Amino acid sequence: MFNGWLTLAVFLPIGAALLIALLGSSAARVKVFAAIASLAELVIALAIFLSYDTSEGAERYQLIDRVAGWIPVETFEVQYFLAVDGLSAPLVLLTGLLGLVAVYASWSVEHRAREYFVWLLALQGAVMGVFTSLDFLMFFLFWELELIPMFFLISIWGSGRREYSAMKFLIFTILGSAFMLVGILILFFTVGSFDMTQMPALVRQFSGAIPALPVFALLFAAFAVKLPIWPLHTWLPDAHTDAPTAASVMLAGVLLKMGAYGMFRIGEMFPDVLRDVSWLLACAGVVNILYGAAVVLRQTDMKRLIAFSSISHMGFVVLGLSSAVGAAGAVSPVGLTGASLQMFTHGAITGLLFLLVGYVYERAHTRHIPDLGGLAGRMPLLAAAMLVAGLASLGLPSTAGFVSEIHVFLGTFPVWGWLTALGAFGVVLTAGYILWMLQRVMLGPLNPRFADLRDATPLELVPVAALVIAIMVVGIFPATITDVFSTGIQPIVEALQLDLALGRQ
Amino acid sequence: MISESLVWLIFFAPLASFVLIGLVIWPLAYARPSTTGRDLLGDSAGYLTVAAVGLSFVISIAALFSTISSHGHIEYPARSWLEVGAFQLNIGILMDPLTAVMLVVVSGVSLMVQIYSIGYMSEEGNRPFARYFAYMSLFTASMIGLVLASNIIQLFVFWELVGLCSYLLIGFWFTRPSAANAAKKAFIVTRIGDFGFLLGILYLFFQQDALSALGLNGLDIPDLYAALETGAIAGGVAAWIAAGVFAGAVGKSGQFPLHTWLPDAMEGPTPVSALIHAATMVTAGVFLVARFFPLFQASGEMMTVVALVGGFTAIFAASMGLVMNDVKRVLAYSTVSQLGYMMLALGVGAYAFAIFHLFTHAFFKALLFLGSGSVNHASGTFDMRFMGGLRRFMPWTYYTFLIGSLALAGVFPLAGFWSKDEILASAFHAGSAVGYLVYALGLTAAFMTAFYMFRALFMTFEGEFRGGADAEAKESEDPDSLHLGHVNLRESPRVMVAPMAVLAVLAVIAGFVFNPLTSLGVVPIHWFTHFMGEGPVAVEIPDFDIILAIVSTAVALAGIFTAYKMYYRREWSAEAMGERFRSAYTVLSAKYYFDELYEDILVRRLFYGGVARALDWGDKNVIDRIANIVGWLGVNVGGALRQLQTGHIQQYGAAISIGILIIMGLYLWFL
Repeated sequence: MFNGWLTLAVFLPIGAALLIALLGSSAARVKVFAAIASLAELVIALAIFLSYDTSEGAERYQLIDRVAGWIPVETFEVQYFLAVDGLSAPLVLLTGLLGLVAVYASWSVEHRAREYFVWLLALQGAVMGVFTSLDFLMFFLFWELELIPMFFLISIWGSGRREYSAMKFLIFTILGSAFMLVGILILFFTVGSFDMTQMPALVRQFSGAIPALPVFALLFAAFAVKLPIWPLHTWLPDAHTDAPTAASVMLAGVLLKMGAYGMFRIGEMFPDVLRDVSWLLACAGVVNILYGAAVVLRQTDMKRLIAFSSISHMGFVVLGLSSAVGAAGAVSPVGLTGASLQMFTHGAITGLLFLLVGYVYERAHTRHIPDLGGLAGRMPLLAAAMLVAGLASLGLPSTAGFVSEIHVFLGTFPVWGWLTALGAFGVVLTAGYILWMLQRVMLGPLNPRFADLRDATPLELVPVAALVIAIMVVGIFPATITDVFSTGIQPIVEALQLDLALGRQ
Repeated sequence: MISESLVWLIFFAPLASFVLIGLVIWPLAYARPSTTGRDLLGDSAGYLTVAAVGLSFVISIAALFSTISSHGHIEYPARSWLEVGAFQLNIGILMDPLTAVMLVVVSGVSLMVQIYSIGYMSEEGNRPFARYFAYMSLFTASMIGLVLASNIIQLFVFWELVGLCSYLLIGFWFTRPSAANAAKKAFIVTRIGDFGFLLGILYLFFQQDALSALGLNGLDIPDLYAALETGAIAGGVAAWIAAGVFAGAVGKSGQFPLHTWLPDAMEGPTPVSALIHAATMVTAGVFLVARFFPLFQASGEMMTVVALVGGFTAIFAASMGLVMNDVKRVLAYSTVSQLGYMMLALGVGAYAFAIFHLFTHAFFKALLFLGSGSVNHASGTFDMRFMGGLRRFMPWTYYTFLIGSLALAGVFPLAGFWSKDEILASAFHAGSAVGYLVYALGLTAAFMTAFYMFRALFMTFEGEFRGGADAEAKESEDPDSLHLGHVNLRESPRVMVAPMAVLAVLAVIAGFVFNPLTSLGVVPIHWFTHFMGEGPVAVEIPDFDIILAIVSTAVALAGIFTAYKMYYRREWSAEAMGERFRSAYTVLSAKYYFDELYEDILVRRLFYGGVARALDWGDKNVIDRIANIVGWLGVNVGGALRQLQTGHIQQYGAAISIGILIIMGLYLWFL
């Protein structure tokens, strides 16, 4: 089967990157070309998302691109296998959306602009590949491929200690990937396949032969670094702070989601292990939420602040995932849907926040919060956008943030009770640091130093508007996206339910 | 029977006004080169809001009559908002007497306040003017959405949205640090209560397995009533849910111990204080307890908690109102105190009277706030020490303010008399120790209420004018931080006076819909109580207790008389009183030091300076350092190991030889 849509989605940015690299042109032309490519990519991603059939009886994996024997070595059965299910289709949309945002956010890049856009587009293609590959080896290849562009984006176009941060990012992730590769290979040599769609059934079939917990742990380690789970998070604030705006948008918006996405995938393969360790996940989630939120308060660099808030918000994903253990003899899809939705909402919200911080930085040339203040008077449009992003971040109803958080809470409270309540206290802390930041940056008397800052230009507003619309649509009409996510969650819930029904309480 | 789409229109009309202002009028104003001055473009935002809220009001009246003729119950279908597996989240309209009354209060007071705002905000330029009315429209829509909600999550959505509007409007003049601070404080303090509310919702959802066996969806409020009626939710469980709901109510209604945000909220424009922080949003907490009243009834303990918190807040807030010099702060503490009355009433089971007090209080408290705004336009200040003698310049404001004060003090036959008297009587007749206790608290608070209100009235309107903003600026070290207006001693324009007059009329007559004495033709005896009794809560109709009525009236008159002696005749010296009870006066002026306790000790020192600081330090110096040490080890161990691969054949040869010898040795050893 070969529909071609997903191949297009993965290779359009990569192809565009190659074209820029090979043909070359003036910076202005490269930007326009990159903008057109990313716009086309968004249209394709939107088409993929909208075409995903959630009706009952529809195939789980859709838009399949499959070539058996891609790498024709006798014992290796590596296929070229791209497809989406309800879990990955919204993430494809998110990647398309943030890819466009990233290109627009880079409009003012002049330093080695051609090279810059090559890496940026390649990055988008690689992430697209991670979300759509259903062959474990291909998944791994794209997973690794994404590192290279991000490394260069941070180390060349970053600020501050950019080489240090880029290297830290690289070492942490590669260390995780090394574990993942071992895990994948153990899986392959036991069950004889890299096919991720077959893997849950194969693992069940070979359950006696697979050291389930070690394999799960190896794979999980890579995802935990990426997500990141405390205490493996220290690469994240450094990478974010020193990365250029577009790289921060991509990093927070989609790269962290790769970790969470991977956890869902291996959760379906090892439902018994996931259920066994879910108490650990619940604790890790709550620690992420509260630890991140507490440390945020002390940050004075806006980007660093948002980076720690990401740690806090990704904690909701982990907490939602922990509802996998089930309660009262049943696994509810609510918490898992919330966790998956949180991936999307956090991507949109944090992407928007980093974008806006980038705009503020371009104008004020500082991200140091105590230096800022009263900017709302000079740039009401940016202030309004920052308000929307901040409110969504603190989970205000009618924004996407609320929908995913309430799902996580509703889904995990019956399972974890007071632990969930503890995590829910994060909503108070979030309100605290978000509003305090807004106050210190946007409100109060204007620092005369910033008296002639200008507001956002119409071109700059395009990505802002795209993200605001995404945040509001999910907030007001959540069914547009929860219907897709819950279709994707259903087989995972069934796998967990089956494990639970086998009498393992 | 009123159609569902028409009821939705009550909500959508102001929402449409918000969207139009936000997406059309404000951007147009933004595109103008000049940022000051106002023309038709800005004005249209005000007119649009008034028209939209007016439409809501008219339909609300129709909905009220329709509810009356349907005997308090109109059923509308629940609609699915989202579904995940078996979990279904619905939205819909819950139309019962409580909703119908709230709709009229919200849209009616909002209409008056919007009209008044056109005059009050007249000095703002196009952009802020449009922004103001956009927020006000959004608030009105959200508040209406809150009272219409038939699902607890739907209710929570609007509950948070009114909080957002409160945040935006308190911080309307966002360049003032005090306003920005107050806005943030309001949001965060109420969110602590909302955290409790959220836990209550989660605990309710926890019961869903048991409820779905009965075909009920516990998140739908009518289903929740049914579940409580059949006993599917036991008393102990109900108590926990009710505790969560009450936490939310405490935050939003500024009850002790989350009362600190409300007085600071006075940083917002005065019409905002009138609408949001007196008549509607802050009463949402009372509404919430009333909405989930069956939950509270199912657990005796929570009723006691509500009564005690309400009773204590009534007297606690009133005591701070005694010494405030800012007229808006007097009114703010008064609001907290009156909300305490409503809670007290709910706690002793007087459901209908609590709602009735909410209803009457909305009119006269909004009136008083609008009056204080009018006074501010004349004197340029809110500090009563610099007012005085304003009666001569602004008779309309004076008389309407007088009516509001009399109503608030609870003087027969004004609206406040009926509602407050019945609350106190219910507490007394509850017959329990708690009942007598809160009766005593309420009665003492009634004396204080009458006193501080007439203290404010005399300080503001009587005697000689003490210079207003000019005098205050002279006395202050930093007049810029006070945001004073100009002294302009004359009556406010008609657009401001007319809404005050309407509210004054309501403050006089609103009590009669309650009508405990005899049938008045259009309004039958005990009409309001009967009507409320048609809702989900059974209501008892007590006899009118003339003795208690006389007692509470006497107490109110005593309070007025004391204020008269101290601030009008000046026969009893307020200064001497202050000297004599210096320590008490200091504690009251410092608001019992709660701001210091919360903001300085708990938040700044304990959390920010303690917990957060320690974690941040640990993040940098422990976790990150470990990561760097591991990295350092990697580099150095790698360097050490590199010595093994030098490329020298001789070394390799030696290593191989030694290796072979060792293997052979081991082989021989084990052989």
